[in-house]
Formats: sequence, C-alpha cells, structure tokens
Amino acid sequence: MQQHTMKRFDEELDTLRELILAMGGLVERAVGNAVKSMVEQNEKLAKKTIKRDRAINALEVQCDEIIRDILVRRQPAAGDLRFIMGVNKLVTDIERMGDLAIGIAKGTIYSLENPPRVFSNLDIMGEKVLRQVDRALEAFSRGDTELAMTVIEKDDGIDSLYKRMYREMLTYMMEDPHSISSSIILSNVAKNLERISDHATNIAEMVIYIEQGHDIRHVDHEAAARILAGEEPEDD
Amino acid sequence: MSSPSNLKRRYRADKRFKLYGIAAIAFSLCFLTFFFVDIIGKAIPAFEQAYIQVPVTYNEALKSNYNKAIPKAYRRLVSKAFLRTLPQKLEAHPELLGTTQPEWALANHRVDQFLKQHEGHGLKKKYRSKVEQLYQEDKIEFRFNANFFSRGDSKMAENAGVLAAVMGSVLVLLITILVAVPIGVMTAIYLEEFAPDNKFTQAIEVNINNLAAIPSILYGLLGLAIFINVMGVPRSSALAGGLTLALMTLPVIIISTRAALRSVPQSIRDAAYGLGASNLQVVMHHVLPLAFPGILTGSIIGLAQAMGETAPLLIVGMMAYIPEAPSSILNAATVLPAQVYTWSSESMRAFEERTAAGILVLLVVLLSLNALAVYLRKRFEVRW
Amino acid sequence: MSKAKISVSNLKLWYGNNEALHGIDVEFQAKKVTALIGPSGCGKSTLLRCLNRMNDRIVGCRVDGNVLLDGNDIYAPDVDVVELRTNVGMVFQKPNPFPKSIYENIVYAPQIHGMVDKTGMDELVETSLRKASIWDEVKDKLHEPGTALSGGQQQRLCIARTIAVKPDVILMDEPCSALDPIATAKIEELIDELKSEYTIIMVTHNMQQAARVSDHTAFFYMGDLIEFGNTSDIFTKPQQQQTEDYITGRFG
Ligand SMILES: Nc1ncnc2c1ncn2[C@@H]1O[C@H](COP(=O)(O)OP(=O)(O)OP(=O)(O)O)[C@@H](O)[C@H]1O
Ligand SMILES: [Mg+2]
Repeated sequence: MQQHTMKRFDEELDTLRELILAMGGLVERAVGNAVKSMVEQNEKLAKKTIKRDRAINALEVQCDEIIRDILVRRQPAAGDLRFIMGVNKLVTDIERMGDLAIGIAKGTIYSLENPPRVFSNLDIMGEKVLRQVDRALEAFSRGDTELAMTVIEKDDGIDSLYKRMYREMLTYMMEDPHSISSSIILSNVAKNLERISDHATNIAEMVIYIEQGHDIRHVDHEAAARILAGEEPEDD
Repeated sequence: MSSPSNLKRRYRADKRFKLYGIAAIAFSLCFLTFFFVDIIGKAIPAFEQAYIQVPVTYNEALKSNYNKAIPKAYRRLVSKAFLRTLPQKLEAHPELLGTTQPEWALANHRVDQFLKQHEGHGLKKKYRSKVEQLYQEDKIEFRFNANFFSRGDSKMAENAGVLAAVMGSVLVLLITILVAVPIGVMTAIYLEEFAPDNKFTQAIEVNINNLAAIPSILYGLLGLAIFINVMGVPRSSALAGGLTLALMTLPVIIISTRAALRSVPQSIRDAAYGLGASNLQVVMHHVLPLAFPGILTGSIIGLAQAMGETAPLLIVGMMAYIPEAPSSILNAATVLPAQVYTWSSESMRAFEERTAAGILVLLVVLLSLNALAVYLRKRFEVRW
Repeated sequence: MSKAKISVSNLKLWYGNNEALHGIDVEFQAKKVTALIGPSGCGKSTLLRCLNRMNDRIVGCRVDGNVLLDGNDIYAPDVDVVELRTNVGMVFQKPNPFPKSIYENIVYAPQIHGMVDKTGMDELVETSLRKASIWDEVKDKLHEPGTALSGGQQQRLCIARTIAVKPDVILMDEPCSALDPIATAKIEELIDELKSEYTIIMVTHNMQQAARVSDHTAFFYMGDLIEFGNTSDIFTKPQQQQTEDYITGRFG
C-alpha cells in the first residue's frame, strides 16, 4: 500500500503495530511460561510470569493512547479505520490472554501444596494453544488472512481437547477424592488455555476484518469461507 | 536573512523610486497649473466689456445710414453692432424721432482693448486722449460681458459670443448620444452575452478595438463620404457632425460597455441561469443593472471626448462662420472647439481673450461631464 | 433498490478536444443525498453541471450519452432548459445572492416563471426561508440586501432561493467550502432535513462531510467513476484501491 501523504500518520500506525506485536510477544511468552511452570511445578517461573504482566498492561495503556490520538487527529477512513477499530479490540484480547496466563501461573502456585500426579495432555494443549496465539499474531503482523482462517478453523480442535481433559479430570476426581483440588486446578488451567485460544480466534477474526472488511464473527466456518471467497453474505 | 547594509540599500532604492514618482507628479502638476493660470488669466478680461455713453440723435437720415445717428467724434469708438440696431429701434419706437438721447453703447473692440491696456489694441493715436478723457468722466465704463454668452460669432470682436457654438455643440452631442449610445450598448451586449464565439465575432472584436485607435480625422473623411456625399445630409449641419462623432464614439462605448458587462461576476449569471432564467432575462434583470454605472461612465467619457473633438468636424464643414444659433439639426452649425480654433486664428487682439474664454467654457463643460460620470457611478454602483 | 431519480448512462463530455468525462454510468436515488468526491479536476463539477445543463453555455462543450430525469432524457431536443432548471436547482460553491433584498432574492425565480401571484409571495418567502432554516435570522430584515448577510447565511439564502422554485433535485457544488464549521454544520443539518423532500447531489472535498451527510458516495478520478456505493461501505471497506488510497489520504 502507498504511503500516506501525511508521513506522521504512517509513523503513528507503524508504532501502534510494533507495540501490539511487542505486547503479543510478551503474552506469548507469558502463556508458554505459565504452562511450563505448571507442568514443571516451578514456583519461581510462575511468580516471574505474574510479575511480568505489568509490562503487558503498560503496553495496553500505551496502545490505547495512540489509538485515541489517531482517532482525534487523523479521522481514519476505510482501511485505516478498520485497522484502528480492529486494533482497538485486538489490544483487549491480547491483554485478556495475559490475564489468563496469570491465572495459569496462579494455579501453579496453588497446586504446589497438593501437586497433581498426572498432567494429562496439558503440555500438548499448551503447545497447541501457544501455536494458535503465535499464528494469530503472525497473521496480524503479515496481514495474512489465510493464516487467520487456519487459526479460526483450529479453534475447534482446542475446544475438543479441553472437553476431553475436563472429562478426564472428572474421572480422576471420582476415582480419587484426594485429587479433587489438583484436578479442579488443572481443569481451570485447561479452561484458561481454551479461552486463550478463543482470544486468538478473535484476533484472527479481527485480522480478516482489518484486511478485507468482512465481519465473520458469529458465523459458522462455511459461511465464513463463502464470505472470504467474495460471495455476498446472504441476508436472513 | 539579508544583512543590515542590504536592507539599507533596499530602503534607499524604495525611497529613490518614490522620489521619482513624486517628481513626475510635481512636473505634470506644474504644467497643469501653468496651463490653467495662463488660460484663466487670459480669459478673465473677456468677461468685461467697455461701454460708452453717446448722444444718439434719432432722425430720418439714420434710417438710411446709421452712422449719422451719433456725432462724428464717436463714430470710430462705438461698435457697429450697436449702430446697426438703431434703425430697428426707431421703427419700433417712432415717438423717438427728432429727439437726442444719451445712451450706453457697446464700445469698439479697439477702445476696449486700449482701456484694458493690451498691446496691439489698434486704436489710432488721435482717439486715445479722447477715450482717456471719456473714461475719466465716467462716460466709458466696464460692464459684465453678457454678449459673450448671448451672441453668436461676429466679425466685430466686441460682439462675438459662444452661444451659437454652444448650441451647436449641444445639438451635435444630442445626436451623438441618440445614435452612438443605443447602437454601442446593443452591440456590446450582443457581442458579450449572445454572440457565439467564432472566427467572425473574433474578427469583429479585433476590428472594434482597432477602430478605437485610428486617428479621428479619418472619421471625418468617412462621415463626409457616407453622410454628406451618399446620404445627402447637409454639409456643416449638426446632423452631419453628430453622426460623424457617433461613428467615432461607437468603439469607445462598445469597449467600455463590454468591460462593464464583463466585470459583472460570473457567479451572478450562474445564479440566475441556475434558477432557470433565460439568456435575455439574465442580461436584463441582472447583468445590465450591475453594469449600468460602468456603461454610463464609459459612455459619458466617450461623449466628452467627442465633445472636445475638432478634426473630424472640420472635414464635414463645421468650422463655418455661424453668427446665429442653429435652429434645427439641418442648419449650418459650429461647435465650441471649432469656434475656439476659428478665433485663435483671428488677428484682432480682442479675439485672443475670447479664445481663452472659449477654452475655459469648453473645459468647464468637459469637467462637468466627467464629474457627472463620477457622480452617476457613485450613485448607481451596487456592491456585492 | 429504490427508484432512480436521475439515471446517467455512458455520459461523455468534451471541452473542445479534451474529454473530461469518459462514459459515466451512475444512478442517483430519489430523496437521498449522494456525495461526489474525488481529487481536483476529476470532473465532479462537470458531471453536476450536466445534470441541469449548465454546461450548455460553455463554449466548445459537447455531451454524449444519456441523462434521464424521471425516465426522460434531459438532452432531448424538445426539452425546455428553463423548465429543467426549475426541476433541478443548483447551489454554488461561493454564496452568490443577487445584490438585491432578501425578499427579492427569493421571489425572483418564482416571478419570472409566473409561479405565484402577488398575494402568495409573502407566504412563499416565509416557507422557503423556513425550509432553509434561516427564517428566524432574517425575518426582521427581509428588505435589506442579501449580500449584507454572513457567508453561511448567504449560502442558506441561496438554498432558500433554490427551494422557492420547488425543484425535485438540488445540486450543490462544494456548498460549504467558504464557510466556517458552525455555518457548515447548519448547512449539513439543513441538507439532512431537505432530504425528506428533495433528491440532493453534492460535490464536496471534505471526506468527513461526505461521510456525515450522504447516503451514497461516488468517487471520481480523472473523468471516470471509480466507485459508487453506500457511504458507510465506501468509507469502511471501499472495493477499489484508488478509492481506498483517496479517502485514507494516500494520494499522489
Ligand atoms: N469551462 C471549461 N473549459 C475547459 N475545460 C474545463 C472547463 N471546466 C472544467 N474543465 C476541465 O475539465 C476537467 C474537470 O473539471 P471540473 O471542474 O469538473 O473538476 P472538479 O472535479 O470539479 O474539480 P474541483 O474539485 O477542483 O472543483 C478539468 O480537467 C478541467 O480542466
Ligand atoms: Mg469543482
């Protein structure tokens, strides 16, 4: 795309993009570390993760300021408008992911008293969710709608993974009442991971909106695919 | 940033330029003042005229020879213009027959000039002491020269006036106005508002502009050829002169009218057209009223120019000797500038001051016309 | 789709040998505001002037194609331009009231078209000025010159003058470009009100203004209609790269 006639505007947009990617990087690491701290029962790592959330919050505030500034000064339209609107939502999603990662890290700390004996597929789920987050951010940074679509499609897999873990934990709890507290913690962690994946999906949907102006939230995959293929969404 | 010395130089250059301008204005002002002082100084004496008290004897002899009415000593001092009127006077008042009355008579121009102490007065030596003596005795006195305004031209300088020329000028000007203004304004409106823009109208436009610049004497020749030779308008008549001047004024009126029309902002026309006004309505309702002051000024200035014009009128014979004010546009007439020219080539000293006075009258008329133009423009100007 | 008030098809226009419009196809919906946007010299005013044949007077201007007003070709030989212009009124960039009184400004056109008699005049003046939202400001000085009003008031007077001939369509060529934000807001509010009765087509250089007041937006570039659509679509997800570049300020 061409440069804006106002160079400052381009700079502001670039700064915003960089801040979001930086924020995304921090969140990605937070999620990874949180899961790792749980699986390895590493208290130090968990505490570090919780502490680092401040940086994410600070970045969120900074992003909001830039967004407000651009809205006031530049009155963005078309692609710029979609970018700002998308980013405005996306920032919240990223920040939420950070919060959820903290939730996982806190779970690690609670679980130390009564360490779970098995972590089931938590590490695999963690890895998959992490990859979702990574793909969503990648899709955003490259403006890659195909990759974004992949994120959206893969979210179902994460959902079923969560359901499987949840049932597994229920079985453990029924078999062994001592494991109840650790199982609850673990299922909460899985729930958080599932939610993180949801936020990644949101990000992916925003990427599609930013790039193509289609709103594919709250529609099924087939409809989304049709919209992306350029067919008119049918009115109902 | 320029250095201070640069700045000073620039200021000095500015000041120098201003000085040149002031000098130029002062120079032209000097000329103007000189001109006015000279003309007015020369013209003032013309507004006073010597009158002489003579004993007039009404007798039979007077009817055949009016010189017999006054003593011989006075015959060279009194104007023939006075004596000429005596037979008629006697006829009108038969009871005067056989009486001798002291009457104030118009003095001869030589007496007048002698008493005004002008060089070249032409009064013979033998009369001088007599005149001086009469003057001492208050038998000669100076009065306001009403004749200058109420008489036509005359071979007797003391009796010559501008009335015929003024009347001639008025008639000529009227004809010029009646002919040139409607034709000129209509032409301009057509060219500016209605004519398609093609080679033909462009050619017309160029030619009109050229016409405004050709020497005025050519219009005289044109007038002679067309109006007098072809159309049979009487030579020397106000009609011939007026038509000729109308020809000459047309381009000026056309050009100034077009300028006035063009100065009406396009936005006003757009507004009217946008409301569905027709071409004619736009022109009549909006453009003309707004251009009116400009058209008026242009026309008046064109007419003033015509009023001061002599050359083309010489060609159509308007420099004739016209003692009587013309009573119709077909009568022979003369105009003010032509009259001035005639007088200026007369040898008698008294005509010199009349020339100056004639110029003064002409100037007053022209300045009044210009003042009228300014006034009318101020009066009708619409601001938008 | 609602009915098209004006339908332009394959409209080409030449100024001498210079083709200023290269075959425009567009439909203007009745009782909607359509904004024409595009960089300077792209032919917006030219198209606008085609719609009430104000181009007729321009020397060397030639038009080809169809402009249908309610289905009738306005360039047909039997069309009376005077009548056309009473149906399709125009408001110009620079406020241009006649140098006459406010009252005379309003009644001028109805008078020359013989639309009202003497008794109806006062009422017509009042309703026109009311519709143009300027009645309250001028009701006490109807006989003062229209040129003595402020720029924004003059422009509303011009709109009132246009309304007075009861047109169906009002064309506006950058009506606010000489006005301050408050006067602009008043005109925009006015346009919004007028929309219920009139079809409005306006040229504007102000993107925000187009976005604020119009229902449809047409983007022109170099004598071509690049994109036409709902204003919200054009301003959030234009289909053409040129449109996007223009409205996001990436031009040239
Ligand atoms: N009267 C005219 N004679 C010749 N060419 C003209 C005339 N009016 C406009 N043009 C040309 O037609 C093209 C379109 O002009 P137009 O006035 O329609 O542009 P516009 O989109 O209204 O621009 P702006 O936004 O500056 O008003 C320009 O290239 C211009 O030079
Ligand atoms: Mg324009």
